[in-house]
Amino acid sequence: MLQAQALAVERGGKPLFSDISFSMQAGDLMHVSGMNGTGKTTLLRMLCGLTLPSEGSLLWQQKDIHKHRDNFNSELLYIGHRSGMFGDLTAVENLKLASSTHNDDDSQIQAALTEIGLGPHSEKPMRLLSQGQQRRVSLARLLLEERKLWILDEPLTALDVNAVDWLVAHIIQHADNGGMAILTTHQQAAFIERVSVTVAL
Amino acid sequence: MFKWFFRLAAAKNFYPFAGKLLPWLTGLCIISLVYGLYLGLFNSPPDYQQGETVRIMYVHVPAAWMSMFVYAMMAGAAIVGLVWKIKLADTFVTCSAPIGASFTVIALITGSLWGKPMWGAWWVWDARLTSELILLFLYVGFMALQSAIDDPRRAARAGGVLIIVGVVNLPVIHYSVEWWNTLHQPASVARADGPSIDGSILAPLLIMAVAFKFYFFSVVLVRMRGSILEIEEDSSWIKEARI
Amino acid sequence: MFAAWSRVMRREFLLAYRQRTDILTPLMFFIIVTSLFPLGVGPEPETLRTIAPGVIWVAALLATLLSLQRLFSHELHEGTLEQLLLSPQPASLLVSAKITAHWLTSGLPLVIISPVLGLSLGMSNEGLIITVISLLLGTPILSLIGAVGAALTLGLRGGGVLLALLILPLYIPVLIFGAGAITATVQGFPADAHLSLLGAYLMLGLVLAPWISTLSLRISLD
Repeated sequence: MLQAQALAVERGGKPLFSDISFSMQAGDLMHVSGMNGTGKTTLLRMLCGLTLPSEGSLLWQQKDIHKHRDNFNSELLYIGHRSGMFGDLTAVENLKLASSTHNDDDSQIQAALTEIGLGPHSEKPMRLLSQGQQRRVSLARLLLEERKLWILDEPLTALDVNAVDWLVAHIIQHADNGGMAILTTHQQAAFIERVSVTVAL
Repeated sequence: MFKWFFRLAAAKNFYPFAGKLLPWLTGLCIISLVYGLYLGLFNSPPDYQQGETVRIMYVHVPAAWMSMFVYAMMAGAAIVGLVWKIKLADTFVTCSAPIGASFTVIALITGSLWGKPMWGAWWVWDARLTSELILLFLYVGFMALQSAIDDPRRAARAGGVLIIVGVVNLPVIHYSVEWWNTLHQPASVARADGPSIDGSILAPLLIMAVAFKFYFFSVVLVRMRGSILEIEEDSSWIKEARI
Repeated sequence: MFAAWSRVMRREFLLAYRQRTDILTPLMFFIIVTSLFPLGVGPEPETLRTIAPGVIWVAALLATLLSLQRLFSHELHEGTLEQLLLSPQPASLLVSAKITAHWLTSGLPLVIISPVLGLSLGMSNEGLIITVISLLLGTPILSLIGAVGAALTLGLRGGGVLLALLILPLYIPVLIFGAGAITATVQGFPADAHLSLLGAYLMLGLVLAPWISTLSLRISLD
């Protein structure tokens, strides 16, 4: 469903990586590995469509993602290094805004927040939460939205042991249910059995 | 036809091509510059009103034309760079900017020098000088944007958008300044055009304009070659040629 | 699609309310700058009346420049700008909603307070009315062009001053037509031409600016 061919990019005028190709189907879990500075975040952003490759093509369901952006975006969920949430709004307000269904039902959101352990903090502006808490609110989007392709950049950072277990289980479950996930992490041991595609930079 | 153009767009081919063109362009520039200056300084009549100082026009007017010509060329190259993603076009834009800005400064300084004996003031807010000043701001803004961005690709693309936005606004700016000037212009101020164009005045003007164009193309090619060496320094073809 | 638009508008208003100081500061700046001119030029009523249209318009330009800082910067740091570009709705639609909300929270207050400033500079009633109309037409143009500049300079060092350098030349026609409309009216001439030209420039901006700003955002976030 997601096909990459000979992707290459330059940063600062010099090539960062080149000739990256892979193919992903429903149920695949991809791990992008590499040392710091090899371009893992850049590759993930490229797979989202945020960064333009200098060479190569990226197809979602046989269509170029840059030419069929809205279609691709509706099936994509990206959680990067930054929280992706408005610091001046509360967790509930943020999740309501981010959700695609946009029904006014807060109970689903509250349930999700409770599940990730943020129930009591749901009415505070996000900027008052710790980094780990903010990250958990971003991850709550995974519970609330039905998107096929998850692209997660170091999702396990700043999470405690329980949260890590919870997230790993959820990602694997998502793949088992026919979704796809692409992630980078330094804690690959947790996923090692389930990973079906690897890209090494 | 287009295949040749695209092949040329590879830095590897452009570098020697530019190298071969350069001596011709420089030669033609010097010849036309000398001829134009000779015609302008010695062979054309002095103005009945302004005397000999009208001769500044032979530098001022072509410089002003060039400032706009270069900006238009930059806009064209910016479009090529953004749409067809040809790096050489972006290099052209970056290398042209300081040259265009210099022509603008020359136009402003010569305009001021011309104005002093004519209007008695070092600077007047007439339509053409004010438009030139704004054009200078556009050039400086572009150069400032490019120097503020570290990544060359973002610098090229952002600069390209800025130039295109500038070129679209340029007629509006020009028109609004013209209008502003006619609203506020006291009737007695002489226009900066000089007398009606006579053959002996037109010839040096056009030749100077041609000379300045050759100058521009020579200098921009030199700068582009330098830029290519910098950008492609790790490439095999440079190492092989032991440049 | 309209639902997406109004959601963005509501969010922007909510954010503006939570960041109230960011809204009030440019407005205060507008007032302070206008007051500087009598202090610099002298309180002679005839002089003030003559320079009033230009003073109000230049102050409006500068205040808008200040307010443009908050259009995209916060969102860049929070990562919400990326999410905007990754939204299933067309990004330029969402960006135009942001620009509209920006004008409503930054430009419109300038329009509303301008008669007070006009009075302080001794403007006649006809002048005050035209001031409001010209600013009403002109400030959206400032927001639209400003959005392009803010998107191009996103996250760069020297941000605010660089933005000013890029945008002010593009603002000049708006200044000429806007201040010109007021001066014409005050001198007894019709201002139709000025206002129509402003209107035309506004149309051009409405059509082109959201799309160019979105392209610029993609370039800056590449």
